[in-house]
Amino acid sequence: MSTEVVETTQETVSPIFGRLSLDWIPYHEPILVGTFLAIVLGGLAVLAVMTRYRLWVPFWKNWVTTVDHKKIGIMYMVLGFIMMVRGFADALMMRAQQALAAGGAEGYLPPHHFDQVFTAHGVIMIFFVAMAFVTGIMNFVMPTQIGARDVAFPFLNNFSFWMTVAGALLVNVSLFVGEFARVGWLAFPPLSGASFSTGPGMDYYLWSLQIAGVGTTLSGINLIATIFKMRAPGMKLFDMPVFTWTALCTNVLIVAAFPVLTATLTLLTLDRYLGTHFFTNDLGGNAMMYVNLIWIWGHPEVYILILPIFGVFSEVVATFSGKPLFGYKTMVWATACIMVLSFVVWLHHFFTMGSGASVNTFFGITTMIIAVPTGVKVFNWLFTMYKGSVRLEVPMLWTLGFIVTFTIGGMTGVLLAVPPVDFQLHNTLFLIAHFHNVIIGGVVFGVYAAVTYWWPKAFGFRLDDKWSKRTFWFWCIGFYFAFLPLYALGLMGATRRMQQYMDTGWQIYFIIAACGAVLIAFGILSTFIGFAVSIRNRKALACGPDPWNARTLEWATQSPPAPYNFPQVIEVHGRDEFWRMKQTGFKWSTHYTPIHMPKGTGTGAVISLFALAFGFAMVWYIWWLAILALFACIAIGIAHTFNYNRDYYIPVDEVAHTESKGATA
Amino acid sequence: MSDHSTHSHGNMNQLMTGFVLAAILTVIPFGIILGEPDISRMLKIGIIMGFGALQIIVHLVYFLHVNRSSEGGWTIAATLFAVIILVIVLAGSLWVMHNMNENMMPMPDMDKMMSLQSQQG
Repeated sequence: MSTEVVETTQETVSPIFGRLSLDWIPYHEPILVGTFLAIVLGGLAVLAVMTRYRLWVPFWKNWVTTVDHKKIGIMYMVLGFIMMVRGFADALMMRAQQALAAGGAEGYLPPHHFDQVFTAHGVIMIFFVAMAFVTGIMNFVMPTQIGARDVAFPFLNNFSFWMTVAGALLVNVSLFVGEFARVGWLAFPPLSGASFSTGPGMDYYLWSLQIAGVGTTLSGINLIATIFKMRAPGMKLFDMPVFTWTALCTNVLIVAAFPVLTATLTLLTLDRYLGTHFFTNDLGGNAMMYVNLIWIWGHPEVYILILPIFGVFSEVVATFSGKPLFGYKTMVWATACIMVLSFVVWLHHFFTMGSGASVNTFFGITTMIIAVPTGVKVFNWLFTMYKGSVRLEVPMLWTLGFIVTFTIGGMTGVLLAVPPVDFQLHNTLFLIAHFHNVIIGGVVFGVYAAVTYWWPKAFGFRLDDKWSKRTFWFWCIGFYFAFLPLYALGLMGATRRMQQYMDTGWQIYFIIAACGAVLIAFGILSTFIGFAVSIRNRKALACGPDPWNARTLEWATQSPPAPYNFPQVIEVHGRDEFWRMKQTGFKWSTHYTPIHMPKGTGTGAVISLFALAFGFAMVWYIWWLAILALFACIAIGIAHTFNYNRDYYIPVDEVAHTESKGATA
Repeated sequence: MSDHSTHSHGNMNQLMTGFVLAAILTVIPFGIILGEPDISRMLKIGIIMGFGALQIIVHLVYFLHVNRSSEGGWTIAATLFAVIILVIVLAGSLWVMHNMNENMMPMPDMDKMMSLQSQQG
């Protein structure tokens, strides 16, 4: 094979605009122009409303510059839902294309466009939907569960969030300026290398993930420090709620695994920008090393997503069964086992690359072993419900849906862990069905359970029951319609990422899958209708601090909690502290002291804005802008270290006033 | 706010011990290259890697004060976790990549096959 299959075409790089020219604006694509117009009109409407009701100053003061972990958590959730709509639009486009393009029909998406759609779908759903959701939930819930007033590094938290937003924005800019990568969500070389991906799409991929990755890593460090340093006095590690434990393990995984992603993508960036040969076939490089490294990050990543969700279900099950979680300690140890084991299974993603029988056997067995602690957890949830007084509220519906769906997904996972089976199913739709089965059935169901469970805490009123139930049934039934056909197709040999296929016998399965996607679309629609209806009826749906008769500390304070979370420091005596407080008739003292709190700052948002400019400039080779933006990031970061005006005290009067308001509400 | 005085920053004695050890561990590998002793290339690489590993331990213990008592044992626990992950990632990658290369079609055969292919058009 010749190494110079594709000569890098010499583009003209202008000193001012880099390689960005009008040819890169896709004004000849009606779908994109329509989307662009819709976003511009929607955006203008939002701007007009914000100006009309003078919301700019409150938006800047209360949200952009906030260091309050609860507001940052809510903003992560908003980001997650917005990006979910984008990622889901990609999914609908793929389902429609595959429902049409059978037996020689070409469908409506040309391969060039289809490849961008499936890459964007994967990248967005993992990095900007699932990650945003779990980070948001951990941010909102964890500090209140351990009786803290905020996270350990409040400014860093704000900065992490805005870096994630900058990464998300860069992905979306690629929709209208240039193109996105056409390489699949993990961008394996040589396809993603300089010779085979010449346009800016692959560079959008690299820089958006690197920018968002800064936020993720910093947030991981921040939350670990919070759990170790900010627990209420008396709370030992084994007194922590299970959700906090899973948050701890997840953030340890983030800190251990994300640097591998950063380093791997950096090496690929060097290959693309400076002509190094880490992942090329010539001059000592090896493309298989990229696959190896990216999965060393990639496998822990899926546990980063699912562990906090296991925590969510543990809280929900204990609360709605009205008894302590069965096997608290086994739950904690199972989580810790998964944390370590998740680092020794990565090769099961590339059994077929050719490591041979001994290596494949080792990783096949470790993969089956990691299913054991997960099975332990399922039994713990079942035994918690056993002989409990189970209340079938909406979070509990999601939990039951999860246990059934996730178990099916787990079993197909163990099937795929058998190397000979994997050789048959590798890169087929069976695999696609498997990981959607665990990510939708696990992460998405868990996020919905968390949203319905903690919404009253965040806003002071419940979500509308009728619409929440509709959301659940649409999602649950839609999931089975959308993905069970893919299992069958995978067994028949249908590979993933097909823009068209010859066998018309497959078409009916793809059509059923597309119908399932439409059902899920109704689920997403009812989510937003449910939010709107609940906000309109918030007076009728208003609830006190503890609407579910829950067990952990976040329910001990007002809904929504005051900026300082708790009026006094809580002495913790054991597990399920809030349950004990309710038994002993605990009342907050009316003797208040001034509360020391961190001050908001716009620095995080400003640095992230420059990081976005830096990423955009690097994508388009606009070197002067890249240098300026990077310099601005560093200079503003250093300047911020000289800002000593970072904290203030909430006076006693204000605390007393806030607390008296909460008591009457 | 955590109390700063509880953190150990080490004393001069400790820092000097670390410095001397680090210096020795640096000089020996340099000596092995500059002195050109009559030992095999693999042995040289092995010795240099070994001293590199010792160097890391010296830095951790004397400069970053990793010991069993600091932060109630969490410093050493975190370090051990990092070491375990590093060993898994490094040893695992070497093992995996070595097996990949072993199973690769030998290059001369591949060249022959490609020339055959090009002859057939």
